[in-house]
Amino acid sequence: MERVGRPGHMPGCVPAEGKYMDELLKTGLHDLHLRLGARMVPFAGYDMPVQYPAGVMKEHLHCRAAAGLFDVSHMGQVILRPKSGDVTDAARALETLIPVNVIGVAEGRQRYALFTDEAGGILDDFMVANRGDHLFLVVNAGCKEADFAHLRAKLSDTCEIEVITDRGLLALQGPQAEDALARLVPDVAAMRFMDVISVDTLFGELWISRSGYTGEDGFEISVPDAGAMGLAEALLAMDEVEPIGLGARDSLRLESGLCLYGNDIDTTTTPIEAALTWAIQKARRTGGERAGGFPGADKILQQIDGGTERRRVGMLPVGRAPIRPGIDLFAAEAGGEPIGKVTSGAFGPSIGRPMAMGYVSTALATPGTAIYAELRGKRVPVTVTAMPFRPPSVKR
Amino acid sequence: MKFTEEHEWLRVEDDLVVVGITEHAAEQLGDLVFVELPDVGRPVTKDEEVVVIESVKAASDILAPVDGEIVEVNDVLTDNPSLVNEDATGNGWMFKLKIEDMSVLDDMMDEEAYLKFIG
Repeated sequence: MERVGRPGHMPGCVPAEGKYMDELLKTGLHDLHLRLGARMVPFAGYDMPVQYPAGVMKEHLHCRAAAGLFDVSHMGQVILRPKSGDVTDAARALETLIPVNVIGVAEGRQRYALFTDEAGGILDDFMVANRGDHLFLVVNAGCKEADFAHLRAKLSDTCEIEVITDRGLLALQGPQAEDALARLVPDVAAMRFMDVISVDTLFGELWISRSGYTGEDGFEISVPDAGAMGLAEALLAMDEVEPIGLGARDSLRLESGLCLYGNDIDTTTTPIEAALTWAIQKARRTGGERAGGFPGADKILQQIDGGTERRRVGMLPVGRAPIRPGIDLFAAEAGGEPIGKVTSGAFGPSIGRPMAMGYVSTALATPGTAIYAELRGKRVPVTVTAMPFRPPSVKR
Repeated sequence: MKFTEEHEWLRVEDDLVVVGITEHAAEQLGDLVFVELPDVGRPVTKDEEVVVIESVKAASDILAPVDGEIVEVNDVLTDNPSLVNEDATGNGWMFKLKIEDMSVLDDMMDEEAYLKFIG
């Protein structure tokens, strides 16, 4: 959702679709998106639906009120299969690349994780699940080739790196997601947040996690290509389920305070600056049983104890004007150097006002602090605000 | 009604020109969430930025389609930007211009030409 086309052009009127379509990859649901009347845009090399005829606002609100179906098949799916046969060996190996306690992830559970680099920056964020005899990772579309190369280069001694190329990925999110999915897969009703299961169904073997990127209860479903269309159509045939595009996916995740890789986190931000310290469990911190031992550990562990100069925060503009990524932030209404930058910004349909996240000097990172965003040459007041902007409603 | 290549419509009402964005533009932009209107009484020249709009996707500017003076703005849009999506050529109008010479509208596209322009 980037800012485009000032001045002179109506940005939406410059068709991104069409021109490069032949070069873009398609998910297994591409035909379905076209049939549903989606507006398609290039995203991470794929031709993806940014919105359906209902539009971003209605799609967002529908997902919070009932259930929304997202095609996220562009994301990367990869299995780390331990050569020893013991999943703990795969976990131990993965821990050399990430500051996360993977050994502590029980069978049938999933955890949020981050690949770091030697400078402490973030290479990608992803989900890792313990599926008994192997680990299953879901990584960002834009980073997946680099992630796969990273895993092959670093972990091939201990693990088979199996990139999954014959499965799609669907997300079903919202308060009625459980009711809807349970009609097809009754087992999901017993799942808790971050549980993972495998189930044989009409649509093939589904790998289901109770998780998502909206702040709502819901599921992410890895489905064999042959069953993806059937599963999507079966879900969309239910009254409570509507298709949701990337536009509403962005406003849903931002309302919930979730980072978008490439906007809010990247190789120039550390997990501590990004306020993701919670993702680094005690076992990997100074004094923990497996402290350090991941790229950038010296810097990251030092920052946990010593703090950082800047920090990712949420912000609510006082007025109605949205503040977009790239906009400079200031401590005062006039003068001074920038004290930070907006990294995500959009209108929040459920909170009925614009919202943003970005990085500010730590001294100004306390919720309630008044700062200013420079918008079209004018400084508009913005309040640093705790996230999420809208409380999550997941099933613990 | 007349149309510009910047996807604005112009309608003559008595001695004034009412300006808004086309349904096509509103649809392409997606749901509007913010409209910043100019001050009444401001003289404007053609292609000058007069309105800022933000949709769920991005910000964009509406340019003055002709020289003139802003004599009225549709204040309702400030609190209810979605009127532009609901009724782009009616209640979603943006501003009224007083212009010297109505003949500048003669060279602009009519509806048929505009529909052809957007293909």
